[in-house]
Amino acid sequence: MRPSETGTGSLQPDESVLTGAPSLHPSGEIFPAAHYLNAGTRLRSWLVTVDHKRIAVLYLVSTLTALFLGGLFAMAVRVELVGPEPNLVDAVGYNRLFTLHGVVMVFFFMIPAIPGIFGNFMLPLMLGAKDVAFPRLNLLSWYVYVVGAAFTLWAMLYGGADTGWTFYTPYSTITPTKVTPILLGIFVTGFSSILTGLNFIVTIHTLRGPGLTWMRLPLFAWALYGTSIIQLLATPVLGLVVLAAALGHIFAFDLFDPARGGDPVLFQHLFWFYSHPAVYIMVLPAFGVVSETVQAFGRKIIFGYRAVALATAGIAFVGFFVWGHHMFVSSQSTFDAGAFGVLTMLVGVFTAIKVFNWVGTLYKGAIVWRTPLLYVCGFLYFVVFGGMTGVAVATVSLDVHWHDTYFVVAHFHFIMVGATLMAFLAGLHYWFPKMFGRTYPEGWGMVAGALIILGFNATFVPQFLLGNMGMPRRYYTYAEQFRTLNVASTFGATLLLFGFLLVGLYLLLSLRGGKVAGPNPWGSKGFEWLTQSPPLEHNFRTQPTFHGPPHDYSTPVEENLHG
Amino acid sequence: MNDFMRNLLFLPEQASTFAHRVDRLHYVVIGTTVLAALGVGTAGLAFFWRYRIRTHGQLTQDVKAPLWLEALIVGVPLTVFLAWFAVGFSDFVFFTSPPKKTTDIYVEGKQWMWKFAYPEGPNAIGTLRVPAGRPVRLLMTSRDVIHSVFIPAFRTKMDVVPGRYTQLWFEATEVGRYPLFCTEYCGMSHSMMAGEVVVMPPAEFDRWFEAQKAGRPAVQDGTPVVGERVSLPADLVHEGQRVSAQLGCFKCHTVNGEPHLGPTWLDLYGRVSKFQDGTERVADEAYLTESMMDPSAHVVAGFANMMPTYRGRLQGPEAAALVEYIKSLRSARAPGEGAAP
Repeated sequence: MRPSETGTGSLQPDESVLTGAPSLHPSGEIFPAAHYLNAGTRLRSWLVTVDHKRIAVLYLVSTLTALFLGGLFAMAVRVELVGPEPNLVDAVGYNRLFTLHGVVMVFFFMIPAIPGIFGNFMLPLMLGAKDVAFPRLNLLSWYVYVVGAAFTLWAMLYGGADTGWTFYTPYSTITPTKVTPILLGIFVTGFSSILTGLNFIVTIHTLRGPGLTWMRLPLFAWALYGTSIIQLLATPVLGLVVLAAALGHIFAFDLFDPARGGDPVLFQHLFWFYSHPAVYIMVLPAFGVVSETVQAFGRKIIFGYRAVALATAGIAFVGFFVWGHHMFVSSQSTFDAGAFGVLTMLVGVFTAIKVFNWVGTLYKGAIVWRTPLLYVCGFLYFVVFGGMTGVAVATVSLDVHWHDTYFVVAHFHFIMVGATLMAFLAGLHYWFPKMFGRTYPEGWGMVAGALIILGFNATFVPQFLLGNMGMPRRYYTYAEQFRTLNVASTFGATLLLFGFLLVGLYLLLSLRGGKVAGPNPWGSKGFEWLTQSPPLEHNFRTQPTFHGPPHDYSTPVEENLHG
Repeated sequence: MNDFMRNLLFLPEQASTFAHRVDRLHYVVIGTTVLAALGVGTAGLAFFWRYRIRTHGQLTQDVKAPLWLEALIVGVPLTVFLAWFAVGFSDFVFFTSPPKKTTDIYVEGKQWMWKFAYPEGPNAIGTLRVPAGRPVRLLMTSRDVIHSVFIPAFRTKMDVVPGRYTQLWFEATEVGRYPLFCTEYCGMSHSMMAGEVVVMPPAEFDRWFEAQKAGRPAVQDGTPVVGERVSLPADLVHEGQRVSAQLGCFKCHTVNGEPHLGPTWLDLYGRVSKFQDGTERVADEAYLTESMMDPSAHVVAGFANMMPTYRGRLQGPEAAALVEYIKSLRSARAPGEGAAP
């Protein structure tokens, strides 16, 4: 036992200062001797691993790289927009930047991140299983992701495309930039998404431990189940549509060209048939993370388990029938606009149900104020504001003004960043001890969290106002009256950047230098904490059996039952 | 109240019947959104304080929702959202249903300019003149990629799609000038594909229209409309700058030295221009004027012959002001005054 592997033996000062709450975990924990991280230390043992936990770590490294790259592009965009004059790049350079920002963030971070990292790591643990149903397929889906990312990286090195992440024809057909490798990258990555979805569905159906009925399933598993169904059913359509766009570009044979009897609006229908459900691929796992976190730190079982689970399924289902709300002014019929608009309201209702349940969970809880809960707090505010502005843009007549302006940009960033990224950070802090056996510095966690929430507001609230003023999105240069709010937005983005760098820094340092966490530092009754942290190579020494729902805090925590 | 909310939300002026109609719902929806977000945030924070953990390992019990609460949780958002939708959709039907008698104007979008054509009447590039108080219908199509007409002051927008005619109608209520943007990403100069809507008093519009039909360009695009407050041009250079902005010259020409669709105007005066046919010529006043009136006579090498003629659209003093403006655009490395003819 190296000295660094034992705890300090004293309460961290920042804990009691910040929370006034008693420490939840006894000090002097000892790092487990055998765990999945030291089950093989050569590079080969990582590259050919079929352990779901190691694959999760591979996803962690690759998706965080994507987040970093996408963030750099975002910062470049914001720097360019501090004034209407050319600041950093020329018009085509700017168009490439926002395209790469969108493509990298959506396809290489938002979609794979939470399922790839936390889904892979936690799902088998939550089910009391040794691994996912198809461990080799799981590794394959990571490699497919890497191949897709490599195509996109190739495109980036060649200068990237300038179509926006939506690739609308006919522009994507005639642009001289390199759309082909980017489309191929997205096409290939889609298979990774399909394979992961398939794997999770089969895992949840077949590998639930003894006593783990569907109504005892952790809500994160429910969220992954809903997500996986969307991934399985919607992603093939994305594959089809990007392939059609790529063919149009390579052979100058646009399938949607009106001169050949095609219709560019059909492309939009097909594109959004995937890309709207894809929003729920990005946001449902985040909802799952919040359901877990709010129970663990509210120390109370979820308020209305059945409602949350059903709302998850409801969003996954209705999400397939709302794509046309992206096209209210695209010349689709008035009837279509009404139908898609009213169906979208149902998504709003399902989300509202979840919000009430999360807030209700805190009622009569025993709340422990830790960094993950700070992010949940931010999440709740952002998801209500972002979600209700979503209902607002689905209110057909209002969207006429807002469509393709910065209002829409701000709205979906509230959902993508405000909800998904907040939940990602909540999960990252909550499960960091589970994954690596050490805790992060709580004080720095709070500082960075506050910085990120503040910076996020400062970035995107001005963008709502810019949209109201009428500033269209994807504008390289703009009228003088838009300057002040753009400067404010860039200032906010800078705060956001510092927040993220801070998180990255202390988490990296905590990997080696963090305090040893012990099996269950939060005293959580989530099923994934039934084993040691970091878990054994095959998760459990003895098979857990399940006698009740997760996060039942009406009885004391029994630690490390099966580790 | 209306103006207070409009300013609070940074909305532009309301210059159409639809703008007046739709903004009320806007205030209600955004107001409710802000209240709900604050309400949930406050409830969360209150719970954080009220139910903070007191003792180590404190136990909590499951709280079951009574039926009435469940009904409320589902019913309230559903009712609110459906009410918004009902109002919003009826406004949308208003927006998509033009009245029987409208003034029709054909709109063609192309990378990166707008062309407005009046039946049996004149054409205009970049500037759309419409009468106040009469319903106007735009019949729109695109020559290349998808564009979108967006007039923030009217709260209206519609995509302009190749292979289709889409329509957008509005009834302007206030005389004035309003920006028009392209809001469907269309490539390099998407952000410069701007135009202007000039709303004129109806009688004024009719006079202008008759004059245009007769081939007598009585009022040019740079000329202020009745009721518009203008500052008199201080000198020819500023007048030229204003005219070129109004006519949309900057859609193709830059003043910072970068080539765009057309040659840059920076240091153009006095420069030796090489043409497609191999000849060359020093850019003097005569050449600059010729380029405006008969642009295909001498096409600069490396650029496409795509500039429309401004004969009949530019009056003599305006052309002179443009020349003076171009002459004023000198960088540090400009050819000396002596080099000019």
